[in-house]
Amino acid sequence: MPSAKPKVVRKSLAKAPTGIQGLDEVTGGGLPKGRVTLVCGGAGCGKSLLAMEFLVHGAVRYGEPGVCMDFEETEEKLRSNVASLGFDLRALAKRKKLLVDFVAVERNQIAESGEYNLEGLFIRLAHAVKTIKAKRVVLDSIEALFSGLTDATILRAELRRLFHWLEAHKLTAVVTGEAGEHTLTRHGLEEYIADCVIGLDHRVTEQISTRRLRVVKYRGTSHGTDEYPFLIDREGISVVPITSLALTHKSPTDRVSTGIPALDDMMEGKGFFRGSSVLVSGTAGTGKSSLAANFCRAACARGESCLYFAFEESPSQIVRNMRSVGVNLETWLKKGLLHINAMRPTSIGLEAHLAGVHKSIERVRPSVVVIDPITNLVSVTGTYNVKSMLMRLVDFLKVEQITSMFTNLTFAGDPQERTAAAVSSLMDTWIVLRDSKPNGRPRRELYVLKSRGMAHSREPRELLVSARGLELGNILRDHTVATAVAGQGGITAPE
Amino acid sequence: MKKSSARKRRPAKTSRRDFYILRLYIAGQTPNSIAAIANLKKICEDKLRGKYRIEVIDLLKKPQLAKGDQIIAIPTLVRRLPPPFKKIIGNLSKTESVIVGLDLQPAR
Repeated sequence: MPSAKPKVVRKSLAKAPTGIQGLDEVTGGGLPKGRVTLVCGGAGCGKSLLAMEFLVHGAVRYGEPGVCMDFEETEEKLRSNVASLGFDLRALAKRKKLLVDFVAVERNQIAESGEYNLEGLFIRLAHAVKTIKAKRVVLDSIEALFSGLTDATILRAELRRLFHWLEAHKLTAVVTGEAGEHTLTRHGLEEYIADCVIGLDHRVTEQISTRRLRVVKYRGTSHGTDEYPFLIDREGISVVPITSLALTHKSPTDRVSTGIPALDDMMEGKGFFRGSSVLVSGTAGTGKSSLAANFCRAACARGESCLYFAFEESPSQIVRNMRSVGVNLETWLKKGLLHINAMRPTSIGLEAHLAGVHKSIERVRPSVVVIDPITNLVSVTGTYNVKSMLMRLVDFLKVEQITSMFTNLTFAGDPQERTAAAVSSLMDTWIVLRDSKPNGRPRRELYVLKSRGMAHSREPRELLVSARGLELGNILRDHTVATAVAGQGGITAPE
Repeated sequence: MKKSSARKRRPAKTSRRDFYILRLYIAGQTPNSIAAIANLKKICEDKLRGKYRIEVIDLLKKPQLAKGDQIIAIPTLVRRLPPPFKKIIGNLSKTESVIVGLDLQPAR
């Protein structure tokens, strides 16, 4: 099709998409087509799974049949391993989409006498490739040859020949290798593979396991160089972030209600910007969740879907508690507009958690997301990690133009509360809730600390919570409050 | 049983237990393949006269046969009978290691 503007023609490297959520974004479209990619990492880091997903997705989604030469698992074992991810290798084999050839290398059965080469392996591979007209090949893990054959000189020459052969036949290949102590792979496979190297890592810090992926090298293309957390679950691998971190998202000008008319009034009478991120911080019992519930209800009432991540309470608990403050969430749950996703962050680790959040969002495609509270994530890991995680999440939500609300529990007498400080720069709007006891009578207060792009009220108001719902009282003008505002953050009146 | 392009020796009168069925996998007429065939014949004539049969399989012609005996290297010699199954890779130029590898009793 002729395009309106003459473009500079730049020959970019052809890519073969892996179909793995996130990985194709990180690599700018997939693995180098017609070339060999090395995937390396320690035991149990997900190398084989990545390779198999590349093969299965290639066969199913991209019309590229694939051959797996498996040096570790028999066909039966491999078949049952990937069946749990919903891949039916037998059916794929029947349709000539995917072939598995188990290559047994048993040291004790093989004696050597004189010169040889690995032509047998080449013939098997070529035969399998020809049988199904394969475009993709996985060799998992070819390093098994090193334990089976003693002549390393022959082996290295043959591996070099094998990788040349794959490229000469325009096959997109994934070769896996076990991580070495001082090298990427135990047997230095990276010496032969110049185009693309992906490192996987699985570490356990403070009993929490995290998986990470890094594109170590990708010749001829720009790629993300960070370590990206990834998750392995029922659906296989997903890499976070799903979107790049470029600040290119659009900023809509339309507004969404906060769910509390008086709070909308404090924000030019219109509420939040659509697609903006809102932080609600406050000490315990100041009404953060209630505020979030009102926000959800308003979204559902507009006919929009809403995804509520509850890190502290079960769905039924939330529904019950919110009913007591006049918010009926059950209706919207039943109508399918409200989705409550309850989980404890500590149970799976931060990265897995983040990936889980991403996946739920992708599935539900809500227009409003609530995360209640982000404070629990800090309990999993340090503040820095939380910030980078939230940055990715916030960017993702903005690109998707999802309005998001994050609640944050602050602690009395801790004005430099770290999480709030760390994440506040990511937030467009910051609403502060707190307790105070002027004249010995406890009350809740709310004010809008910041809200980018609008003329918002900075005046603190009393927050009234009753069975009728949330309401805002008059502007508070007494002196104690004014001092407290200057201090910002969660503050109780001095004893 | 798979068919094979075979060079056969008529089995002599000998018990099944002593009879050797050897299969040699090659890929085309490469120097190593030719050497392996010659070396194997010589060793068999020396050690197993009348008690062996050699089947030579050219994988260039029958690539589908490589999987069955788990062939990776070329040439590969497989002792199919008597059990146990044994494998030797290489052009069989090192006679001693072939004799040890095939577990051939001395002819004497």
